Amino acid sequence: MYPEDLLYSEEHEWISIQDHTGTIGITDYAQSELGDVVFVELPHVGDKLQAKEPFGSVESVKAVSEVYSPVSGEIVEVNDKLADKPEMINDDPYGNGWMVKVRLSDPAELEELFSAQEYEEYLAAKPEE
Amino acid sequence: MKDRTRNQPSFSEPLIFERSAAGKRGYSLRPLDVPRRPLDELLPPELRREQIEHFPEVSEVDVIRHFTRLSTWNYSIDLGMYPLGSCTMKYNPKINEVVARMEGFARSHPYQPPELCQGNLQLLQQLEEILAEITGMDAVTLEPAAGAHGELTGLMMIRACLSERGNPRKKVLIPDSAHGTNPASAALCGYQVQTIRSNDRGQMSVRELESLMTEDVACLMLTNPNTLGIFEEQITRIAGIVHEKGGFIYMDGANLNALLGITRPGDSGVDVIHLNLHKTFTTPHGGGGPGAGPVAVKKALEPFLPGPRIVEKDGTLRWDDGRPRSIGRVRAFYGNFLILVRALSYILTCGPQGLKQVAETAVLNANYIRHQLNGLYDLPYPQPTLHEVIFSDKIQSKLNVHTLDIAKRLMDYGFHPPTIYFPLIVSGALMIEPTETESKSELDQFIEALKSIAEEARQNADLLHKAPHRVRHRRFDEVTAARNPVLRWTPGSEKEKV
Repeated sequence: MYPEDLLYSEEHEWISIQDHTGTIGITDYAQSELGDVVFVELPHVGDKLQAKEPFGSVESVKAVSEVYSPVSGEIVEVNDKLADKPEMINDDPYGNGWMVKVRLSDPAELEELFSAQEYEEYLAAKPEE
Repeated sequence: MKDRTRNQPSFSEPLIFERSAAGKRGYSLRPLDVPRRPLDELLPPELRREQIEHFPEVSEVDVIRHFTRLSTWNYSIDLGMYPLGSCTMKYNPKINEVVARMEGFARSHPYQPPELCQGNLQLLQQLEEILAEITGMDAVTLEPAAGAHGELTGLMMIRACLSERGNPRKKVLIPDSAHGTNPASAALCGYQVQTIRSNDRGQMSVRELESLMTEDVACLMLTNPNTLGIFEEQITRIAGIVHEKGGFIYMDGANLNALLGITRPGDSGVDVIHLNLHKTFTTPHGGGGPGAGPVAVKKALEPFLPGPRIVEKDGTLRWDDGRPRSIGRVRAFYGNFLILVRALSYILTCGPQGLKQVAETAVLNANYIRHQLNGLYDLPYPQPTLHEVIFSDKIQSKLNVHTLDIAKRLMDYGFHPPTIYFPLIVSGALMIEPTETESKSELDQFIEALKSIAEEARQNADLLHKAPHRVRHRRFDEVTAARNPVLRWTPGSEKEKV
């Protein structure tokens, strides 16, 4: 459910790092809580992200939720396919459901994120919803 | 178990375009009694369209039956209980309609000179004064046409006032238990939104407010009672913290029904508040008629009220447009006049004691439901609640029955579902606001319906998954509808669509 090679945030985003670029999406837990995603709003290439600030939103039949960036940096790529196929977030949250790629401006921020195991412990400690 | 579900009345009906037959008319004209002139002389051909394609051609009886049948598809407060939390779907007394149809009101025109509509201006002024008294504020504008419009108007006044003081500031603080429109209004007014979390007692965290409140914050937008139905007990302290840093308190007055005649927001430090006349003051709601979201302010913000304002000069009421600090008009003319007439009719019919009784009964009704259903449905916050009660689907979730299933099944029992999945801080929320206009016997039927549904969840979850069963249409595929919306009927598609 929570791949070992990813890092996770309290707000239920994941990030995978290659060189100085991070790919960001929402976790399997987040997509299952949201239910069927019907619309995704994403930033544009070149936009600046601030760690812990919202950069987009995900809309399901139930609700609209903001997506928070786990890191600061600049958007280098956006998953345009989500506009036509938002269900990829439900079907493949860690693969085709990725949302943005970011060039990190402060890699030290990664140290504040959870490992897969820590994230699972965090979810287990969360009051049952 | 006695079956309490009921069939809903409804007639099949195609689109009006599909009822069309060539040559059908709803009128007949008497013979021409003036000399016939060529059409080209009256209207040049380049300005004419020979025909409007697919424009429906129908008779009078076709039109009447079409819309009357469509009306049977609707659910309304005149048909049954509508416990949509935070929407205050109370019964709209018919005396309001009688008053709004009086000739002097119904046939007046916004361009009528003030001297010829003194009574109307007097009515507006009286409603402003009464709303100021009810809320404990100094001045009121009746212009905004809806609650969110009122929010934007209030925020624009705050921005104008702060700009005049030298700095419009950057942020607006909004608790996570506030109404969903608040962040949108703040963003539209150019402010960055910062969320304040609720504490475990369902109230705004004062500690978090203290750490976030800086001189960069223009205002705090508070809903009181909040969307958990809980009164923000710390409101006076909260107002103190915000005022100390030069910020304003904006109160979303959508839940004012719980406070009428009991407490006045203006007395606990609120600087701006909007009211929803279509919630608290029984004017038609949503699709039933235009709304009204008057905004009440304290003295400091009065110069910024939208214009024009009503003023008295030499014993005559007039419009005053010469107000340089005003944020300007926010609505054509002076708001939805006949809606304002209905609100005043309601207020005067109730009187001060009556309004107080409205709040008391609204709170009593919500707490009656809460008491009767507590245990069968999970109550996420045990704190006392006012005019609405929020349950969650935690107990039913274990049986794989969710809030959506419960809401859909309620339709089979003849009730409009409550607000669901809101507020967001409660997972699987069912937000129930019965209002004061439901009798005990109606509340009992609603309670029995929810008790039956809890039992059905245990016995036959599949029944709920497929609900509703007894309404005109079964459960819609909302996901496909949202992902691939078909927004418009196109000519030629009628055969496939019937």
